[in-house]
Amino acid sequence: MTDNQQTGKAFRLLLVLLLSAIAGWLAYAVLALSSSPAGLGEQVVTHLDTSGVGNPVTAVLLNFRGYDTLLEMAVLLVALLGVWSLGGIADYRESPPGPVLDTLSRLLVPVLILVAAYLLWVGADAPGGAFQAGSVLGAAGVLLLLSGWRLGNRFAGLLLRAVLVLGLGLFVIAGTGLFLIGGAFLEYPPSLAGGLILLIEAAATMTIGATLAALFLGNRPRVEPDK
Amino acid sequence: MSYIILYALLGVGLFVLGLYALIIHAHLLRKILAINVMGTGVFLVLVALAARHQDAPPDPVPHAMVITGIVVAVSATALALILMLKVYAATGKTELHDGKPD
Amino acid sequence: MTGDLLGIPWAVLLILLPLIGGLACFLLPSLSKSLGLLCALAILVAVGGLGWQLAENGAQRYAIGGWGAPLGIDLYADGLSLLMLVMAALVGLGVSVYSSAYFNGDKARHFWPLWLFLWAALNALFLSADIFNLYVTLELLGLAAVALVALAGGADALNAAMRYLLVSLLGSLFYLLGVALIYHGFGSVDIAILAQRIEPSPAAWSAVGLMSAGLLLKTALFPMHFWLPAAHASAPAPVSALLSALVVKAPFYILLRLWLEIFSPTGAAPGQLLGQLLGLLGAAAVLWGGIQALRQTRLKLLIAYSTVAQLGYLFLAFPLGTSIAWKGVFYLLLSHALAKAAMFMAAGNILYFCGHDRITDLDGVAQRLPLTLAAFSLAGVSIMGLPPSGGFVAKWLLLETALRSGQWWWAAILILGGLLAAAYIFQVIGHAFTQADAPAETGLVPARMEWTAVMFAFAAILLGFFATDAFELIGIGAPTSGVSGG
Repeated sequence: MTDNQQTGKAFRLLLVLLLSAIAGWLAYAVLALSSSPAGLGEQVVTHLDTSGVGNPVTAVLLNFRGYDTLLEMAVLLVALLGVWSLGGIADYRESPPGPVLDTLSRLLVPVLILVAAYLLWVGADAPGGAFQAGSVLGAAGVLLLLSGWRLGNRFAGLLLRAVLVLGLGLFVIAGTGLFLIGGAFLEYPPSLAGGLILLIEAAATMTIGATLAALFLGNRPRVEPDK
Repeated sequence: MSYIILYALLGVGLFVLGLYALIIHAHLLRKILAINVMGTGVFLVLVALAARHQDAPPDPVPHAMVITGIVVAVSATALALILMLKVYAATGKTELHDGKPD
Repeated sequence: MTGDLLGIPWAVLLILLPLIGGLACFLLPSLSKSLGLLCALAILVAVGGLGWQLAENGAQRYAIGGWGAPLGIDLYADGLSLLMLVMAALVGLGVSVYSSAYFNGDKARHFWPLWLFLWAALNALFLSADIFNLYVTLELLGLAAVALVALAGGADALNAAMRYLLVSLLGSLFYLLGVALIYHGFGSVDIAILAQRIEPSPAAWSAVGLMSAGLLLKTALFPMHFWLPAAHASAPAPVSALLSALVVKAPFYILLRLWLEIFSPTGAAPGQLLGQLLGLLGAAAVLWGGIQALRQTRLKLLIAYSTVAQLGYLFLAFPLGTSIAWKGVFYLLLSHALAKAAMFMAAGNILYFCGHDRITDLDGVAQRLPLTLAAFSLAGVSIMGLPPSGGFVAKWLLLETALRSGQWWWAAILILGGLLAAAYIFQVIGHAFTQADAPAETGLVPARMEWTAVMFAFAAILLGFFATDAFELIGIGAPTSGVSGG
């Protein structure tokens, strides 16, 4: 055994000891929390009927802490900007999809779109919502990409970019509009809250779906100039 | 005190396990996976403790935080993976070199 | 009329303007230069508005969505937030002007939206009163910064960006686990509410440790600075300026908020021992950064190591602990931002002109780029801490506190650090003044790039003359009320 391996071993042993100590301390802290008083659950329930939705998680995500969600849409867009700015990678070696994948994706994609729409709608009152629906849409996009489908040249320019900014854009416009008519930024009037949330979520669903599929592809869809 | 707390402890375990893997492994894909394991650990702590009072419904606020966290994690992972491929394309290595430009 | 203007929530505008600007640049890449510059000017106006609001009405709290903490998310602006926002607005405007000449074509198309989203993240971070919201802003900031580093292309930049991303994500996860423990322990993520509720407990102690560790890693305190020099040196010049001037200060700002407001009233604060430890690490950073800067053969790496050293000074206030020492640190944040932006821009000009940044081959730069070299030297005066610069005022305040409290060893570090800085800066200037043997192949540096560097260097010097006015503004809302008077 060389010196190098021995120092490596000693380092690992030291690391394991240190991390075990950290784990032990954190476990102790978590155990001590088991009796701490409850968080904001009650407050969320109290204000649920003015939030515009019946599902407390959706109420927190889109109303009480909607600003977090707005910024998070920006995170998603920035990740895509980062991926695109890297210029993509040399093309994947693509083989034509086999008959199973081809048929299956043709069958599944419409179903997935339907499931996404259902998740989006049901999110107002039960588990579901924009992120779940967006992930399903994204999965449909990935399936399409895997079976060799590519976005047509006509759609790869401004139209694609518009879909990608729709979620964040509509959120910002709604928030700003509400504060121009006299409320606080992102303060939904209770009578409009349900509709506004559904609108914002629908836009977010499309954007999330498109962004996830675009992140999977990695390359910015190229717009070939017409010659 | 209930069995729910076991999930929170599991979350702590995943966090520390991910940290160990992040330090030990040089391969970038393993590092990226390790970060994701750590993230999962944090999310588990958040949601498990949200259900620690069995007489009340689970606290929705940490659930919303986790959804936000997952979207952030997906975004970061996507960027990390493409960066890894670019590093590989530029250097032929799946590991980081020691950071000293020549 | 003035009443109406005072009623405008300038804080919200400061977050919305760069977000909308970023979206617009992404949608209409052909207009991104003009949109970006317009956005930078608008942000400057909004910062002015917020400053006026603070001067008239004192610290401001704004409930997003009208809910108010703890259910909703609050924005909070006091003198410290204002200082950081002004810093971002000034550096941001300068970097925008510089970049409008530096980036062209495809690079410009990618730079502008990323930069405006990074700016939105910074402004949102400096205004947030909510520790979970701060996590989201930190991630937005980190991803945008990594993408901007990678914009330089090439193996070094990609390698540095990858390391930077992993470090940034690791830091965020530590911070997030801390937030999880705090929320479950104390039922809120609002800083003001937590300041009242928090009490020493295993969860609070773990959270202090986790959040501090994550933030110290992100703010590159020695010995956790290992990722910084490569990332800051291999990025495109305007991005290096942004990273050193603004981005590394953001986690430091959160650290200050946590320590001054949440953790300090309980005694779970740095405490004497932890404060001394941070001071020691800061001192080590000052010396190590200075020595490493001296040993570098490349200009941008030298400047990056200088950042490691200057960040070290920020931690000297922890053991000193008086409000005068904190004032020194706040002033150092601003003066370092201006001086370091000037230095990286000057380095960018030299790279643009010579095609390399090898320090020993800088001969003749003084004759060919006199403005750029003037900018570098003036910025150097502030970095060294010579009068009458902003850097001098800041370090003087720290020095005075150290001597008054009898902790002379911190004073020794301050003086040694200044000498090291003088050595590495004069090394560069010395080579630049050497007569060139042969006329080198040259490209013309756009005037905008030279003048912005000069303006920043001047501003860093001028800062020395406006210290009293600045301290009045920073004092709004008494951000250091948690510490003992001094």
